[in-house]
Amino acid sequence: MQRYFKTIRLFWSTAFASQLEYQLNFLIELLAMLGTLLGSVFILSLFFTGGRQLGDWTWESALVIQGVYTFLDGLTNALLRPNLTEIVNYVREGTLDYVLLKPMDSQFLLSVKKFSFAGLPEIILGLSIVFWAAIQSGTSFSLYSLFVFIISLFIGFVILYSVWFLIAASSIWFVKTWNATEVLRALLAAGRYPISAYPVILRFIFTLVLPVAFLTTFPAEAILGELKFNILFFGLMLSSLFFIFSRFFWKFALKHYTSASS
Amino acid sequence: MRIFGLSFNVIKTLLTTQYAYMLEYRIEIALWALSGVLPFIMFSLWSQNDVGNTFGLNDIGLARYFLSAFLVRQFSVVWVVFSFEEDSLSGRLSPYLLQPLHPLLRYVAAHLAEQATRLPFAIAIAITFFILNPSSFWLPSLPQLFLAYLSTHLAFSIAFLLQSLVAAFCFWTEKSSALERLIFVPYLFLSGLLVPLSAFPSSVLKLAMCTPFPYLINFPAKILSGMPVNISSGFLAQILWISILIPLVNILWKLGVKRYTAMGA
Repeated sequence: MQRYFKTIRLFWSTAFASQLEYQLNFLIELLAMLGTLLGSVFILSLFFTGGRQLGDWTWESALVIQGVYTFLDGLTNALLRPNLTEIVNYVREGTLDYVLLKPMDSQFLLSVKKFSFAGLPEIILGLSIVFWAAIQSGTSFSLYSLFVFIISLFIGFVILYSVWFLIAASSIWFVKTWNATEVLRALLAAGRYPISAYPVILRFIFTLVLPVAFLTTFPAEAILGELKFNILFFGLMLSSLFFIFSRFFWKFALKHYTSASS
Repeated sequence: MRIFGLSFNVIKTLLTTQYAYMLEYRIEIALWALSGVLPFIMFSLWSQNDVGNTFGLNDIGLARYFLSAFLVRQFSVVWVVFSFEEDSLSGRLSPYLLQPLHPLLRYVAAHLAEQATRLPFAIAIAITFFILNPSSFWLPSLPQLFLAYLSTHLAFSIAFLLQSLVAAFCFWTEKSSALERLIFVPYLFLSGLLVPLSAFPSSVLKLAMCTPFPYLINFPAKILSGMPVNISSGFLAQILWISILIPLVNILWKLGVKRYTAMGA
């Protein structure tokens, strides 16, 4: 176990060193992030013109959802995108061999190898928005609600990771799955808005088929103290299921790996 | 007959080889077509929450607008900076630069060929949309279709030039695709992909109209969906942006090529 922590530390410190070379990138990411946030808050505000509500969410509580989305987007940019989009290249160029030969779990190595520090400001900003907007909407935090919030964020992240990893793992067969992750990203953008704002059929899809609801809406409900316990329980089940399936699928995919260019 | 200094034969060869190449990636292109679902997600939100009438669109108008926005996006999507960065970093650009053909034209051909490959998928998605929302069905008149086709092509040209401008920075920095984000973010919010621009407060709308972005989605989509739109001023603005961008790309490209050091070769 300690071995794994040490590996992460080594991976991320080298990542940090190599990213220092591209300081301008950091600035660009920061600008892009601020622009995205500004734009999506603006679009969100259009739903509230004339004192409306968005699927029985008030303006402040809808901002909590934006905050959760920003937080998860930051995690995605920091951890998921740099690592999981690389899997395709490993498969295409045959360099996956080197990963498989290492005396460590291959899914672990592939998932944590890189860390993009440009995602950190987004993570911090996302959390700040969550707490600021929650206070604005008149929530009083308790130890319990914070605990539930952290658990539900964790559930959301595990589901996000598993779905993304599943798609990346399918590159063993299809090689070019870059576009499939684009489809996923497009669908995940639905998480910017509360799930109750969607038509019934999409609510169903975004809760059970592609659980976008667990990524943003439920964590937001958690910090606002409105999350029902059975949903949390269901989320724990669902995320474990997704994660176990992603591992199972990876093992299965590796059996079909034939290497390339050798 | 020569177009852009290219003989008909060269154009034909470029397009047919790129088309053959793209046909090999049908599944990827189908997936990519699917990744344009964002307008549909936004449509479901706007119509579910009855916000449309605050900016003068009923459900049918909203449905038509967003389907049009989806279609316009399908045929104006540009990824030249990503291919160019890859070619530049892997040294593949060197032989391209030696050929008596501007490398950017090769990418133009690739994009046009990809659009042709994408056509059946886009039609399939449009038909699915009509099956799910039968009341929104409409067929644009022939002149409407022609104008929409023309303005979509112009939108594609603007988007392509904008990204070529970013791509030219590949000669200076290794990671110019990161710069593309700075174009993509305003594009996302100001092009009309998420909401028809008529929903904007007038101050924001004025600001948006000073950028090229509304002419990339909003203007062609309005023509296609049959919304009232000032056609002549829209086309004028599109042509204006193209004539501003072409010399800029040209200059930056010429400066860049001088710096080219053939990476990876």
